[in-house]
Amino acid sequence: MDIEYLEKKAKEIRRTAVEMIYKAKSGHIGGSLSSVDILVTLYYIILRVDPKRPDWPDRDRFILSKGHSVEGYYAILADLGFIEKEELDTYCRFNSCLTGHPTVKVPGVEANTGSLGHGLSIGVGMALAGKIDKKDYKVYVLMGDGEQAEGSVWEASMCASHYKLDNLVGIVDRNKLQIGGSTEYVMSLEDLSAKWKAFGWKVIEVDGHSIRELIEVFESIPISPNKPTLIVAHTVKGKGVSFIENRAEWHHKIPNNEEFLEMVKELS
Amino acid sequence: MQQETLLPCRKVFSDTLFELAKEDRDIVVLTSDSRGSASVENFAKYLPDQFIEVGIAEQNLVSIASGLAGCGKKPFVFSPACFLSTRSIEQIKIDVAYTNRNVKLIGVSGGVSYGPLGSTHHSVEDIAFMRAIPNMTVILPADINQTRILVKKLVSHSGPVYVRMGRNPVEDVYSSQEDIPFEIGKANILREGKDVAIIATGEVVRIAYEAGLLLREKGINARIIDMHTVKPIDEEIIVDSARKTKLIVTVEEHNVKGGLGSAVAEVVVRNFPVKMVIIGINDQFAVTGSQMEILKYYGITREDICNTVVERLKRI
Repeated sequence: MDIEYLEKKAKEIRRTAVEMIYKAKSGHIGGSLSSVDILVTLYYIILRVDPKRPDWPDRDRFILSKGHSVEGYYAILADLGFIEKEELDTYCRFNSCLTGHPTVKVPGVEANTGSLGHGLSIGVGMALAGKIDKKDYKVYVLMGDGEQAEGSVWEASMCASHYKLDNLVGIVDRNKLQIGGSTEYVMSLEDLSAKWKAFGWKVIEVDGHSIRELIEVFESIPISPNKPTLIVAHTVKGKGVSFIENRAEWHHKIPNNEEFLEMVKELS
Repeated sequence: MQQETLLPCRKVFSDTLFELAKEDRDIVVLTSDSRGSASVENFAKYLPDQFIEVGIAEQNLVSIASGLAGCGKKPFVFSPACFLSTRSIEQIKIDVAYTNRNVKLIGVSGGVSYGPLGSTHHSVEDIAFMRAIPNMTVILPADINQTRILVKKLVSHSGPVYVRMGRNPVEDVYSSQEDIPFEIGKANILREGKDVAIIATGEVVRIAYEAGLLLREKGINARIIDMHTVKPIDEEIIVDSARKTKLIVTVEEHNVKGGLGSAVAEVVVRNFPVKMVIIGINDQFAVTGSQMEILKYYGITREDICNTVVERLKRI
């Protein structure tokens, strides 16, 4: 699969995500768009998953710990055939499986997330199970940068290196913004890489919008034997729509009709 | 109801599970630096592949168990009930119950059994917290004989369960010889009686039973019920007791708000309202002292329960 195709795919997923949010009048647009290139790289290149067998025991596991970035995630699951594309129209509707934060009712989803700081611990459990069963699957957990303030992230971090979980990959969508402003204003994270290194992880920083760079890094994991890998993916909140990029207020703002049309235009 | 040696339920729980785990390699025990209080040293020593220590990190403890269960393991999470039921409550709600994972949460040294250590170490809200969570089953075994059977049932039961046991040895309620009736969600009638029904759960069932014996001496026939499963609660036996007796008294090592008494009242008021007395910790951070001193302070002794019943029946 060439990079150009994946970049097109990412644009298409962004467009679908924006359409879902606009139709549902609900969602988290900024963080969804910042995660899309990471998700596309994982789901179209890296992850060993089979939409026909979502419970395949040897599958790689992916956990969206920043559960609010759900629209791009659902769009990808639909594009790959885990769910029907028509189901996307039910997003956030009454009694739909496609709630505003993902649940295991949706085929392909591994954990109910939405409250931050849980995903990495669940990933540790899945990685431990893989070690116990001597399986070669990997576990990927995508976290937000604001999420890094949750203490439980560091409980999991400490535990993953203690158990030498080189089958576990943490990714931080480092878009530098959270709902209340910049991460450094709300609660300073830097030096984030140094923190993860100090907790015993192999840390790599990448451009989270460069699919080429992301593939290269993911394919080289584990980079250090016996160490879990943490990828700090530098991203732009709202990536792909110029007028919402790097704007904290677009964390979960819903576009009006005019804004929506402009978004679709930019993503076409 | 005599016994040879006194053991705490937590010890019998772990030893029984250890024997089963030798055969069932999917059983995995997790602790948060609580291998001593949970009596799971055997796992660490002899079944290290089925033992995961997470350190003093109860949030991580529960979420890891959820991840393990998601991969087909049967995790048993051991931690003092006070920490497990409060520090990890969101992980229990979301990662265990909402995700509906097969995780068994084993709260040890529960109630006021850590006595003098104070309210940080008491768990007298855990039943209330746990039973408010959908998908959760809540069980308090009464003695070691019931505990032994409970463990066997839990291994073949799928879904989230919270179990609470105390720290100290308790006298038997059931004989170790006979086949003890035990079905999750089905209460046991220990003694029949028509004047009053005393419904208790966990390690105070024995005290309630003895209160029944004292009442008999006073000519009052008490029906004594072991409500080992607080959720799903045995509605049938509660309604039957409401119909057949004049008064229902509940006894628990828990706050009087939100626990067994509340659960029974919810059934009574919908089906057959009768007078009730709810005996427990009276909505305060408990006094400190030995477990027995604390229970005595709140009227959870056989004599106090007996007197409470006698006095209350006079006003009916």
